[in-house]
Parts: sequence; structure tokens; C-alpha cells
Amino acid sequence: MAVAPDAEKTAGNGQRAPIAITVAGLTKNYGEIEAVRGIDFEVPTGETFGFLGPNGAGKSTTIKILCTLARPTSGTARVAGHDVTTERDRVRRNIGLVFQDTTLDNYLTGAQNLRFHAELYGVPAAAVAPRMQQVMEMVGLWDRRDSLVMTYSGGMQRRLEIARGLLHAPRVLFLDEPTVGLDPQTRTSIWQYINELKAREDITIFLTTHYMDEAEHCDRIAIIDHGKIVAIDTPEALKASVGKDRVQIQTADDAAAIAELGRDFGIEAGMHEGAVTFSVAGGEEFVPRLFAGLSVPIRAVSVSRPSLDDVFMSYTGKTIRDAEAGGADAMRQIVAHMRGRR
Amino acid sequence: MATQTTPAVPAGDEAALAGQIRVAVPEHSLRSDLRAVSIVWQRELIRFRRDRLRAVTSLIQPLLFLLVLGTGLSSLASASMPPGVSFKAFIYPGVLAMSVMFTAIFSAASIVWDREFGFLREMLVAPVSRSAIVIGKIFGGATIATFQGIIMLALAGLADVPYNPVLLITLAAELFLLAFTLTSFGVMMAARIKQFQAFMALTQMLVLPLFFLSGALYPLHGLPAWLSFLTRIDPLTYVVGPMRHAVFTHLNLSEEAMHALSPGITWAGWVVPIGLSLGIVAVMGLVMMCVAIVTFSKPE
Repeated sequence: MAVAPDAEKTAGNGQRAPIAITVAGLTKNYGEIEAVRGIDFEVPTGETFGFLGPNGAGKSTTIKILCTLARPTSGTARVAGHDVTTERDRVRRNIGLVFQDTTLDNYLTGAQNLRFHAELYGVPAAAVAPRMQQVMEMVGLWDRRDSLVMTYSGGMQRRLEIARGLLHAPRVLFLDEPTVGLDPQTRTSIWQYINELKAREDITIFLTTHYMDEAEHCDRIAIIDHGKIVAIDTPEALKASVGKDRVQIQTADDAAAIAELGRDFGIEAGMHEGAVTFSVAGGEEFVPRLFAGLSVPIRAVSVSRPSLDDVFMSYTGKTIRDAEAGGADAMRQIVAHMRGRR
Repeated sequence: MATQTTPAVPAGDEAALAGQIRVAVPEHSLRSDLRAVSIVWQRELIRFRRDRLRAVTSLIQPLLFLLVLGTGLSSLASASMPPGVSFKAFIYPGVLAMSVMFTAIFSAASIVWDREFGFLREMLVAPVSRSAIVIGKIFGGATIATFQGIIMLALAGLADVPYNPVLLITLAAELFLLAFTLTSFGVMMAARIKQFQAFMALTQMLVLPLFFLSGALYPLHGLPAWLSFLTRIDPLTYVVGPMRHAVFTHLNLSEEAMHALSPGITWAGWVVPIGLSLGIVAVMGLVMMCVAIVTFSKPE
């Protein structure tokens, strides 16, 4: 991603740090539950950095700490050059937030929501109106600025939140699951806006997602599972590190097929998403051998190039959907715990 | 649909927009806090203006008390009323207080609402002190509650109370004080209670006892000891008393009638001065406001 040449356009306070986010030894416990168990990473200025993992992996907790909404149990984090625990106000002035759940006032108009934000963030009075118009035009909502937010669709609300997050020209924009709960078309259009934003504003974006295809939009990805970062690199490098294709077959007798694959082919296969799944180098060349060698009848076969899903699988031993089935319980525990104490 | 979604700004305009509006968010200062107080306050007003139904419904109960109960009981009560004073005029201060009570506490409930719908978070992550948010919220609630009270003030004629400017201003000021303290109380509770239903149940449970124990419907002297005690610990008493005093001093009453109907609030025989009475209410409001600020200032 090219950094905009007009690098002068920094948002306010002083010099630009080359590193937008630094996290070291970060942990967060909610009572007994260890939501984040010691993570370290850095995000250079101007990068789009994705946190990828199943629900309950610790993504939202990390983002909350970085946004000063939760205190870490141990470790440190700096955002836009400021410590998230000791310089909360300075951090807040330099970040924009789009949360997983909507945080708009439905009884105000789109423009009133932005106006509220501008006043709260101390945007200079003369800049409020032009900046509001700029961000609302950017997300295509300028025509609807005087409609009540309750009349907006889910996608429009999310776009308004993105516009609001940008209103005070933050240096780092946090997007917590920016497209969750939206239909596929709306997701696509939200990504269009984000990509446009990357090109236009000189901004670092930190986002979390549990959609593999969305992680591909990032410059770099950290894969997080059970509160730990298991891999961190560019999407291409991560995929290359897997090096194998993914083969899924449907057979008349899956258990027998798995046993036979292990015995005759030396391949460790497992059941994922209802099919016998395994990774193998040169998948397309392997399939004819498979048909010739496997005694169990094969009903269907699919070969796919390594995707981030495979990356996730190779680092965690499960697909993200499998992980969610188990992670949901942990998530519920955390939510229940937080409800109890908030 | 997906294919039709075009970027909001055509490519040609991009260069124009790249000229950017520069925004530099200033350092935290008293001025930025005041802006925050003001916008939170304004939001309450905008929302209230939009919610006409709420404005109307919250006046129904006080009007019922004044017009139905007041009229219905006046024949019964007239025996003990001095000539020239109607029972409606007697309960009018209490009815004014009631019109403020519901709106004040209900406006604090919007914090619980905001939490449920996430908007509270938008306020709490802003780079302003939490006290600015809490103060804006409390004064916003107090303002709209006072506004409700002023609508009831406009109906003074229905209660045979004269439209005297000094009286009306005094009553409006006392209503604002009451609204401030009640909203502070509501916000303090809303900082702790996370469920809307629980909050509403609590307010329902509190409003009528506070009202009945305030002496809104009966004079404060000659009561049994237990009731006398309860009226003295009801904060509403310390507003209704001064308001009644204000109303009655504008009714040309005899000394005895004044003493019988508005004897003032006494502590073991000592008459609490009106200034102290109102001071107690103000201090309570301030203390609860501080508690609310402290509660909201704690991070997770």
C-alpha cells in the first residue's frame, strides 16, 4: 500500500511516530478466564493490520485495551506514541473507533450524530462543517444526513460509524469486526470504502475479523487463537508457509477412508465441515493417485489452493468454524463474567 | 446490487477532496470539557423535542392528581380550609413537584438505554473527562424536567393560584433545583443498574412513596410520630415545603391560616429556614452528582 505523498497531513499533535501500535507482553484476565495470554506485536504507521481468529479468541479484548476501554492485567501497549493506561486521553484523541455493535443514537439524524462526535472530540468549530461533509460524502451518506439514523439500513449505519470514526482525523482507526452481521453485498461495499480510505487518508488501520476472505485485504495479519498470537505475517507469506493444497473428499465410509489414507498414503486426514480433509503438496497430481489407490468409493472431491483458512488450520489444527464451535462457550463465559461485574 | 455499489466519490473528484480539511484535535482543556457538557446537554433537548408523546404522557399523572383528586376531595377538605383557599391550591406545589419527578428520573433512565444501545460507549471513549459527560447529562435532564414543570406552572389558574411573576420565577427556580437533584439521583443509580427493567422498577417503587411522604397532600403538623419522622427524611419535603410557602404568601392568607396550612418543616420543634431547606436539596444533588462521576470514571 502506497503511503499518501502528502505526509504533512498528520492529524494534529506533533510528530508522526514510525510505529503506530506497539504491544508487549499483554495479558488480560477476566477473573479465572485468560482472555489474552501474553501477546507482542508492532504495527508500522500506514499499515492495515488484521487480527484474525474465531470468536472468543481474544480479539475484542485486545482492541478494547488498545482503545483504553479496558486495562491490561499485565504488559504494555502504546498507540500513536502514547501509553494506553497512563495517557488515556492522548490515545483517545488520536484514534477512531468502529465497534462491533452499533454505537449510534437512533433518535438523532446522521448529521447530529457526527456533530455530537465533533464537539466531544473538540474538532475546531470552523472545521466541523466541511469535515462532516467530507466524511459523509466519502461513505455516500451526505444526501441522507438529515434522516434519523433509525431509518438507515444496517450497512448505512456501519458506514456512518466509519465516517464518524474518521471525523476527527485520527491517526489510527480501529475497526472491530467491521462487517459482522451484514449481508455479503454490503460487506463488499464496506470494504470498498475501507480500501478507498486507505488510499485517501494517511491512516493506520487495525481491524479484527473472523472472515478469512476479509483478512486478505490486510497488509499483515496476526492469527490469534486462545488468547495467543500463533502467526504473524503478510497474507501471501502465510499462505506460502503452508505450501500444500487442501483436499476434501466425500466417501461412502469416511472412517475407513481416513484409516486407509493414514496407512497407505501416510497422510493424516481429519473430518472438517463434514468431509474428509487433508493437506498435500501438489493436490491436483495427487487426486488421480487417490482414485487409483483408495478402496473406499469416493463420491466427490475438491482441491483448493492454500487459503488463510488453511493457514489457520495449519497453525491451530482446526478450521475457524471448528474453533468457533468450541470458542463460543469461552465467549459466553467471558460475557457472563463481564455482565456480572459491569 | 453489489455491482451497482459505486464508490461515493467519483474518481475525478478525488483530487479535489485530497485537498483535505485539516483537523487538529486540541489538547484536553476546560474549554473542550465545556463543549462536551454543552453537546451532551443539547442532545437531551433534541431528543426530548422529538419525543412529544413522552412530554404529554408525563403530564397526565400530575393533571389527574390536580384535577380529579383535587376537585374530588375539595368538598371534603373545604371544611378544614380557611376561606379563600382551595384544596387544589394546597396540593398544587406537590403536583408541580410530581410533574418534574417523572421526567427527571426518566431522563436518567436514558443512560441505561444508551448503554443497552451502545451510545454510552461513544461518550465514554471520547477524550473528555467523564465529569463533563455526567454534568451535561444531569443538566440536560434537569432542563427538560423543569420545562415539564413550567408547563404545569402555566396551568396555575386551574389551581386558583395567581399568575404573579415573582411567584412563578420562584417556583420555576425551586423546580429546577428539585429536577437537578432527582436527575443526579437517577444518573447515580443508572451508573450501577445495567438493566432497563430493573431501573424502571426501582423508580416506580420510589416515586410514589417520595411523593406521599413529602406532605404534598397534607400539612406537616399534627402527624403521628412515625409519619412525621418519615416526612422529615423525604428529600422532596424540603422542596414542597418552600414551594407551598411561596404559593401561600401570594394568596393573602391570615397568620393563622398560613400557620395551619404551611407550618414549615420542623426538626424537634425548630423551624427549618427556607434557605437551609433548599440548601439541603442542593447539597444532596451535588453529592449524588459526584458519586455518579466517580462511578463513571472507573475503567473496566
